[in-house]
Amino acid sequence: MEIRTVHAAEITETVKKLYMDMNYFIGEDILCALQSAQQTESSPIGKSVLSQLIENNRIAAEEEIPICQDTGMAVLFIEYGQQVVIDGGSFEDAVQEGVRRAYTEGYLRKSVVTDPVFDRINTKDNTPAILYTTIVPGDQIRITAGCKGFGSENMSSVKMLTPSAGIDGVKAFILDTVRYAGPNPCPPIVVGVGIGGTFEKAAMLAKKATLRPINTKNEDPRYAALEDELLSAINRMGFGPAGLGGDCTALGVNIETFPTHIAGMPVAVNICCHAARHQSAVI
Amino acid sequence: MKKKIHLPLTDEVIRTLKAGDSVLITGSMLTGRDAAHKRLYELIEAGKPLPVNIDGEVIYYVGPAPAKPGHAVGPAGPTSSYRMDKYAPALLDRGLKGMIGKGKRNKEVVDAMIRNGCVYFAAIGGAAALISRSIKKIETLAYDDLGTEAIYRFYVEDFPAIVAIDADGNSILVESAP
Repeated sequence: MEIRTVHAAEITETVKKLYMDMNYFIGEDILCALQSAQQTESSPIGKSVLSQLIENNRIAAEEEIPICQDTGMAVLFIEYGQQVVIDGGSFEDAVQEGVRRAYTEGYLRKSVVTDPVFDRINTKDNTPAILYTTIVPGDQIRITAGCKGFGSENMSSVKMLTPSAGIDGVKAFILDTVRYAGPNPCPPIVVGVGIGGTFEKAAMLAKKATLRPINTKNEDPRYAALEDELLSAINRMGFGPAGLGGDCTALGVNIETFPTHIAGMPVAVNICCHAARHQSAVI
Repeated sequence: MKKKIHLPLTDEVIRTLKAGDSVLITGSMLTGRDAAHKRLYELIEAGKPLPVNIDGEVIYYVGPAPAKPGHAVGPAGPTSSYRMDKYAPALLDRGLKGMIGKGKRNKEVVDAMIRNGCVYFAAIGGAAALISRSIKKIETLAYDDLGTEAIYRFYVEDFPAIVAIDADGNSILVESAP
């Protein structure tokens, strides 16, 4: 087995670029969905909101400034090839340094506080980022990175359904979560759903689902159909762009699943705003 | 049709604003969000003076991103208003005339708006780069230690917003769904 050496500085530079790019440049999948919704939206106010969001994305890209002032908390899913050895520092430090440089040098807002309850003092560089690292075969490092604003994060939810709840229970919980969120999470939203695993696995799957492009489908046709069905149901709710009424409440629903226990059927819903910022890289 | 309005808001102007009206706001406004609201509220509760005069003012719920060189302010879209609901009635009772944010308000806030003749505007969540173009100048007024959460004064021209809840308590926000 050959060992590949990767310099810590390369990881730092890659992560920095991912975070600056995702904050300045809207994803192609999202932009297409916004443009298509703008064409079909029947509410005049909704149509106007969608036009302003498209214009906002244009300005952000042109001036290389953030799409939204809430540049979020950094979350990274990393597949670390076991043949890779890091030279010049620790892997974790290299990633954190990349996030630190993006937020301090890229005019991104620093929104992370130290202690959640008592101190709440800003760390001033948006670290720590949250890393989910898995070790995989190979000699590459795959990084899928997102930044999560909390207007939508606060509207997310996990429920420990049990098997008798069935598909109807799953649908009801997802739709109830979206209905409760209403106009708050900056609709049109992207809905990430995680089903299965354990309590925390379902939540991680839901997060991962928000990082998948919305023009892709779950590989299992049954879940792909469920994604379509839920998207239609959400868009019949009428919240519309910015929650001011209209046809377009969601741009996409992405579902990820995992095997679970005989007694359980955990479901997590992670709501994401219309910017749904994420980028990927392979080192 | 977009209605042009100037700050400070007069009671006459507030009476003409109806839920659903698109407005372009010019003048100066305060900013403040979670941490600043908590401090203002605690001072009011303790019967102590506030570091800024809120009487007749409009407050924008925002924590701007840092400004790039040559820009007056970084992207500065609204934050979720419901987090300020616990504190807003006390501020409205102290003379605050308007709030700008995004999303729902609770009944206590709407009641305080009706009681005091106030208006709640929605700015478009996430349209932060677009909105920042209407902000011409900013000054720090209080709580500098809070960074992005400090209380600033924003000087705005044609700041785009929508009357979400008017002084009669009528709302354009879609708050429930079948």
